[in-house]
Parts: sequence; C-alpha cells; structure tokens
Amino acid sequence: MTGTAAAPAATAPPDAPDAPDAAVEWHRVLRIGLLGGAVALYVCLVGMVEVFQPRALVTGVITLGQTTMVLAGVGAAYVTLLGRAMDRRGAAAAGAFAGAVTGLFPAALVVTMQFVNLRAMFLHASPGTADVLTLGLGVGGAWVPIVALAIVGAATGLLLTARADIQRPATAALVALLLTGLFAGLLRPPLLASSITAGLGRLLFASDGLTVLGAVIVVLAVVGGRIAMRRVRLRSRVAALPPARRRVLTPSAMVALFLLVVWLPHGVGPFFAQVVAVVALYILMGFGLNITLGLAGLLDLGFVAFFAVGAYTVGLLTSTAEYGIALWPFWAAVPFAVLLAMAFGAFFGLPILGIRGDYLAIATLGFGEIIRILAGSDLLKGLLGGPRGIINIPKPIEVPPDHLLAGPIQIYYIGLVFALVVAFVAIRLRDSRLGRAWLAIREDEDVAEALGVNLVQTKLLAYMLGAAFAGLGGALFAGLLGSIFASSFPLFVSINVAALIIVGGMGSIPGVVVGAIFLIGVPELFREFSEYRYLFYGVALIAMMLFRPEGLLPSRIVQRELHVPAPDADGDANGGGVERDARLSPGATG
Amino acid sequence: MALLEAAHVTKRFGGLSAVRALDFTIEQGSIVSVIGPNGAGKTTFFNCIAGFYHPEEGRITFDGTPIHSLRRDQIAHLGIARTYQNIRLFAKMTAIENILVGQHFRLHGTWIGAVLNTAGVQAEEVASHDEARRLLRFVGLAGKGDVMADKLPYGDQRRLEIARALATQPKLLLLDEPTAGMNPAETARMTAFIRSLRDDLGTTILLIEHQMRVVMGISERIAVLDYGEKIAEGTAREIQTNPRVIEAYLGSGGAADVPGQDKGEIDVPPTSGS
Repeated sequence: MTGTAAAPAATAPPDAPDAPDAAVEWHRVLRIGLLGGAVALYVCLVGMVEVFQPRALVTGVITLGQTTMVLAGVGAAYVTLLGRAMDRRGAAAAGAFAGAVTGLFPAALVVTMQFVNLRAMFLHASPGTADVLTLGLGVGGAWVPIVALAIVGAATGLLLTARADIQRPATAALVALLLTGLFAGLLRPPLLASSITAGLGRLLFASDGLTVLGAVIVVLAVVGGRIAMRRVRLRSRVAALPPARRRVLTPSAMVALFLLVVWLPHGVGPFFAQVVAVVALYILMGFGLNITLGLAGLLDLGFVAFFAVGAYTVGLLTSTAEYGIALWPFWAAVPFAVLLAMAFGAFFGLPILGIRGDYLAIATLGFGEIIRILAGSDLLKGLLGGPRGIINIPKPIEVPPDHLLAGPIQIYYIGLVFALVVAFVAIRLRDSRLGRAWLAIREDEDVAEALGVNLVQTKLLAYMLGAAFAGLGGALFAGLLGSIFASSFPLFVSINVAALIIVGGMGSIPGVVVGAIFLIGVPELFREFSEYRYLFYGVALIAMMLFRPEGLLPSRIVQRELHVPAPDADGDANGGGVERDARLSPGATG
Repeated sequence: MALLEAAHVTKRFGGLSAVRALDFTIEQGSIVSVIGPNGAGKTTFFNCIAGFYHPEEGRITFDGTPIHSLRRDQIAHLGIARTYQNIRLFAKMTAIENILVGQHFRLHGTWIGAVLNTAGVQAEEVASHDEARRLLRFVGLAGKGDVMADKLPYGDQRRLEIARALATQPKLLLLDEPTAGMNPAETARMTAFIRSLRDDLGTTILLIEHQMRVVMGISERIAVLDYGEKIAEGTAREIQTNPRVIEAYLGSGGAADVPGQDKGEIDVPPTSGS
C-alpha cells in the first residue's frame, strides 16, 4: 500500500528542484477551486454558515460562520499547492485563483437567492446566510466572497512558500487561534469560576468568543512559546539528561496527568464531566467491540443489544420504582449485568457462528433491532416498562446534590476507572493464546481451524467477552441517567462504536480511546457541531478510508514494522502481492 | 502398520468426480508423493484428508481412527498438519505468532488465566515462545520472529508455513507443492529440507508436486493421479517406466525428464528434537 503510494511521489520530485518556478497548472487549480466551491456551497446550504454565525471566533472581527468560508478558501488553496514546488508569486497567484473560484459558488448562491426562492428546498438558503456571505451588503455584495476568498487563497499561498521559521510559528498561531476560538465556550467558565483567574478570563474571552486582545495574546503566546522553546532547546536538554534523571520525568508526568484528570471535571465544570462520562461509556463499548470486530474480525452491528442488556439488568435489579424487582444497590447489580450480557453474547453467537462477512453484519443488525423493539414492546411492557422505561435507578454512589461527587462527576470518575480496568483486561486478552487465536480467525479462519483452533469455542468467547464489556458500559449508563428507555438504544449506537474502532484503528487499544474522543467527545464538546455530527462522521470515515485505512493509531502492525530489521530479502522485503504473484506464475504455468 | 489408509475415496463436485474410488496408504515414517497433471484431483484428495472436504464415499483412517467425517480442528488434534499450494500464512501476524497459533491446541491457558496472568500461564507463554524460536531456527528463520509474515521473502514464507504446521507436532505432514515458484537452487534446498524433516523429526510426509524432479529424488513411493483416478503407484523407477504414466503425464517430451538426483547442500541446522 505505502509502497505503491510512495512510488509516484518518488518519481515526481526529480524535476522539481531544478524548476522551482514551475508553471502554474491552471487547469488543475480551476478543478480544485471548483471542488472547493462545491464544498463551500454545501456548507452554506446545510446551514453551517448560518448556525455558526452567532458565535464569534474573535469577537467583532470574524464569526464562526465566516470562518467556515475562510476555511473553504484555505483548503482549496492548500490542496492546489500540495506537493507542488512553486515560487512565491506563482503560489500566491494560484492560491488566489483557487480561492476566487471557490468564492464564485457562494457568490452565485447570493445572486440566485435574489431571483429564485430556494428556501422551499433548502431551509438555509436564507437572507441570514446571504448576510454572512456578503457581510450584510445584500445582493450588491456578491463580489465579497470572491474577493475575500481570493485574498485568503493568496495568503495561504504565501504562507505555504514562506521560510520555515516564519511558516511554522504562523501556522501554529493560526491553529491555536482557531482552537481557542472554537472552544471558548468551554475554556471561559473555569477561568471565571475562580477569583484569581477571572480577570484573565474576562480579558481573553467575551461571551461569544475570543476578544481582540485575547486573540493577540494567544498569537503572542504561541509565537513566544515557540521562540522560548527554541532558546532553551527543551527536547535536547531532556535528551541530554542522565538516564536516571530522565526516568524520573516519566512518572512525574504520569502523576501530573493523573492530577489533571482528577481536577478537570471540577475545574471545567459538570458539562465537561458529562461529556467525558459519555466518552468513557463509548470507550467501554469500544473495547468490547474491539475484541469481536478488531481482533476476531466478526462484524457485529447489533452491539448495542449487549449495552441494553447491561442497562436493563441494572435497572430491573435496582430501580425503586414500578418495575424494580430486587431493590439491590447499584454495585451488587453490576456483576449480574456483565454476566447476563455475556450469556446474551453466547446466545446470539450460537446461531450465527457459521455466517461470514457481510451476512454476519446483517444478521447482527437484526439482533440489535430485535432487542430494542422487544424492550419497547407491549409484549414485555409488564416486565420492562415498554416505552415508559425504567426510572428511579439509584446512583452508583449516593451523595447529597452539592457533594464533590454529585451528578455526572462520579460517572466521570467511575467511567475512567472502569475504562482503565477494561483496557488492562483487553491488553491481557489480546496478548494471550486466545488473542492470537482471534487474530488467526480474523486472518484466515479455515487455516486457523486446520491448525487445531476450535472455531465454535473461540468465536463464542469473542462474542461473550465483547458483550461483557458492553454490558458493563450499559450498567454504568443506567447509573448515569437514572432511567432507561428502549429508545436509548438505537442502531446508531452500534454504528458509532464500529465507526470509532475503524477511525481509531482496528484491533488497536489506544485507537479505541482516540476514536472515542475524536468521534464522540469532540462533537459533544463543540455544541454547534453536534447538529452536523453525521456530516462529520461521513467525512471522517471517508477520509479515513482514503488516506489512512489502518486508522489513527493502528495496532502493532505498523508500529512493529518501524523497529524491525529489514529482512535480507533479495529486493522483495516489502514486496506486496504483485511480486509474489509474479514469482508464482512461472511455477503455476510450468 | 499403515499410518493413513484411504479406501475407495470419492469426492464429487456436481456431476464431476474430482477423486474417484481412490485407494491409498501411507506407511509410518515414509515420504510419499502424489503427482499428476493439472486438475487430476491431487489437491482435492489432500483436502479430503485434512478435513477441508468430506468425501461422499469411502473411508479414510488415520492411526486407527476414521477421520473422513471429522472437523478440521479434530483432524489437526489427531496429528495431521498441512501447508497450502498458495501460501496461506496469517499475513498480519508476526512469524513467531504464526507459529504460536500452530501450538494453540496444545496449550492450556484459559482467558481468565490470561487476564490474571497466573504463574502457569506465564510459564506456558515462556515455554511456547522458546519452542517457537527453536522451530524458527530449525527452518532457517532465526531472528526473523518479529517480522510480519507478509513481509518475509517468498522462500521464507514457505518455510514459515512448514514451521507453523510443525508446531502442531504432526505425525503426518501434508505438503502441497512446497517448491512451487522456486528456482532450481531454492528447489534443491527445499527438497533437502523436506528429507531432513523425515530423517530428523521422524515426520511422515505426503507430498503433492508438479515438478517430477523433486518427487523422483525423495519419494519412497509415488502415486500418479489422472482424472481423479490412480493410474499407477510404485517407486520412482517403476513410475518412470510405466507406459500409462508416460502417456498421461509425461507426454512425448517426458522422456527427457530423467529422475533428478537432488543432492542439494543441507544448510539446515540439526533438529532440537522438540
């Protein structure tokens, strides 16, 4: 894969150093500009521009709505110049052209809206959107996006061809500006909460975004920080430390990280704790599906069923309301939730043992839906509460409302502890005899069986242990919400879990964590974004499959290859199937 | 007594009999080959023995146990291991992990033991890794244990596949065209290696080969299949002079294909006796 991708890139450069002022390929620039324009138009029509408008990146200077358009221009110019060696004038011209072409689309939208009522089809083809695009000038300002994006594109071109010591700090400052502006709503409350930092908080942030002064401070801080880092040469200093001193650094970093994690929900607020609690639940489920899908290669799209089993078990055993049957404390019910989820895992696994690939996905999809529909059905209403669900589930730790551990904060802590424990279990399982058998089944189940691996046993264990983790997540979910309904377990949960594993890297344990943060945490944190979560998912998954099919943090495969001595092969060390086939063919024909 | 006895084995695919009423025996400690033109049913017969196919008629007895209706893993437990004509390693696992999967059914660690990392599991892991490294050395792959299987050169992949099969400690090893795609020098080394498997480990070997040269050099007995039927069986000399074989398999140009006395240098270290 990498070999074939590297090959054309390796052939391209030779003429590049000789001709840095290579002619601008205007056809290509036009094509990418048109693509960028299509993206910009799409972003306008789905309403991101209008919805983001009330939030400012820098108050009074640029709104988030405008930022989306700017980013479209930057993106078009960036893709245009990617991998092309050009001089500054050429780059600026190409960037400006790409930006202008991108800007044509929103401009055309403004004009079209003037004459045709698009709102019948596109809710967001509204005067509000037009105002953002023209800076409030109305149809007479249709030139604004074209000119603005041309300038943005030219600036991108100049930045990309700038000297490294200008380019790097400038890029870092812009990214920092973007991130602080995006998450202003999250960063501001903790600063204001304490009297010591409240002044700083008011200085940096207004109610809708960064203040101008705040923006300047962020930029200066990033640039200054980089210069300071360069001066003290932090990295080389750390590297120069005697090994004994360096060994102290890692544990102290761990302790610092631990303290930060403990402090975060109190510092940043219960909303953050709530988000992390949800992420932790997804991490638990992710570890579970990582066994079934990531290790054993069994695509389970009904995974939410086990989550539901865990939640309903805790609900039934602990609820103090109508459908509670045992009035147990939360912690007594958790082991039962896990065991029952495992039993369901085996129960579901048995009939689908012989099913492979796509068919397995469809079968499991059906299972997930069956559980959800049964739970909400009239048939089991007397038992599970039907659509009214089960309420009054006790919290894991009962505390008064103003206690340190009240509300989502305790789920944050419990979720993190569970996630750690489950990560540990998942790692031990992966590295065990059973883990190897799972991998072997994923790779080639016929061969694995011919080597003596019992497929029934091994697959059932994959379903059961995966279900156990999901059941644990479900139990915690019941404790977090205090009430559960059949509608809490839609198909989309299963898809979320599968998506986070794919994005994180199949079979990779840190990948599960990264995937959960990236796909679940970030959209939750960035409230404006949550409406566009599906869009975000689609883009992320397609981009992943195109550019990094192995995931963000792939499992051992890539990492190991990095520190493996190259085999002393006669040229086919990294030979893919092509070379192998080529060598096979004479034997096959002869 | 015969280690493997196939009696009247028939395997049909639709109307086609890929293997027809085949009788075949393999003596303990021998190297036996099955040859035949393309589509003669060699691999089908192989698959019947290894449990990939279940024959419609006839019976296959291994070490006194009827195996023709057993699952693949049960057959592996009894002591039959195989390699594949087109290499089928676990591509995204390391060489040593491939071998460890071969040891799988002989190990006893449970998943609970693995989570708790009990002393028993630890000891078993250490012992199995040691054994896997010994096998790697035996097949000439010492030091390549951490290489992903699909990153190994072609010849090494063939060797690794054999090592993986050996990890099950088989009594009977089925090798499906082990020298396919190899040049003459590699073929000679592989032939010598196969002989050493029998001589050093005492493993009985059933070989499918396309190249007459390989087969003639190392086989005690050779069976020739054509259109699913056995048309001849005997020593290399008997086969070469059998007119039906010459007609069906060697053709007119076959006379030139004299028995190769492969005396390739053995560069394989002596066995550890594992």
